[in-house]
Amino acid sequence: MNTQNKEMQEDIELLLPWHAAGTLSRRDAERVERALANDNELASRYEAVREELGEAIRLNESLGAPSARAMENLFAKIDAEPARALRASFNAVAWFTGFVASFQPRTLAYAAGAAAVAIMLQAGLLAGVVLQDRQTGPQLASVGSQAEPGAFVLIRFNPQANAADIGAFLTEHKASIVSGPSAGSGLFRLKVADKAVPPAELGAIVKRMQSNPVVGFTVPSAN
Amino acid sequence: MQVLFARHHVRVYRFALRLVRNEATAEDLISEVFLDVWRQAGKFEGRAAVSTWLLAITRFKALSTLRRKPEQELDEKTAEAIEDTSDNPEVALEKKEKGAVLRKCMEALSTEHREIIDLVYYHEKSVEEVAEIVGIPEATVKTRMFYARKKLAEILKAQGIERGWP
Repeated sequence: MNTQNKEMQEDIELLLPWHAAGTLSRRDAERVERALANDNELASRYEAVREELGEAIRLNESLGAPSARAMENLFAKIDAEPARALRASFNAVAWFTGFVASFQPRTLAYAAGAAAVAIMLQAGLLAGVVLQDRQTGPQLASVGSQAEPGAFVLIRFNPQANAADIGAFLTEHKASIVSGPSAGSGLFRLKVADKAVPPAELGAIVKRMQSNPVVGFTVPSAN
Repeated sequence: MQVLFARHHVRVYRFALRLVRNEATAEDLISEVFLDVWRQAGKFEGRAAVSTWLLAITRFKALSTLRRKPEQELDEKTAEAIEDTSDNPEVALEKKEKGAVLRKCMEALSTEHREIIDLVYYHEKSVEEVAEIVGIPEATVKTRMFYARKKLAEILKAQGIERGWP
């Protein structure tokens, strides 16, 4: 029995990182919660896990985002791909020449006019998209790439929390969602003060937020 | 493809960068990864999350790149990382920046340990998803994470931070 208990305890300990990240099944998460409630030593180890989780997130978030070069390279390579596929399958130029030659001159003139309008519309739309992209820039996803006044935290809400809970939480802490959730995760960036606050004060805000059951995990974030 | 790229490229880049430790190489890798995705989109069966599929491709390409690099270069990079850990934590400790020390110590972990820490903590991958990305059994995922954390605790201890575990 003792051996069985020890094995169960070891199994629970192995699951702590996934419990902190919120990626366990409901059944396993409940098992871990029960063990944490009955074992102070395990609970203190769990605090160390949460600390690691917070620093791993901060470390990765500090890595920034790739430059536009990566995207340009990718789409240049993709542009080169279909050309190869077409050449391999059939002669597109010969097909198009034959297709156009089969039209009456009047039909061809209407078609050319319609095509010119369509091209102009497309050009206008593309220019709009490009200009908008330039304004926002590909570095948008990079957290902290632009200094913004205020104090911020990264937060993940509990999966069980509903919209009303989160709304009440934001009101209570006078916080607003600046961005998120980030791709592949439930991390949001919250603005918790209009001006920068000392690290100790931000730490206290994080601690207060963390005690709310709506919050799964939170850490201070750079501006 | 643009939507997929916009949604996932930052995380793919960060995962690659943590593995190869070179920004230019990581940028080259992400265009290779998404080009593969574009070419093999028909092969994606939807059994796993797209992000899991992307991270698995990224890992494969990053490790292939690392294998192609001269061993000496790799050793130098590892040495640089370890050197950083032994210098900076002392300074950081004086400032009582335990978090900074912890982050530095994470940098000093082996590639194998770094990747599992990142997949679990940052990329929020379940045991099953990590097993799929890394290509190891689920039980090995749990023990590898355990040993990664144990190694981290040992490096921290060497830097003067005792956590009472393991």
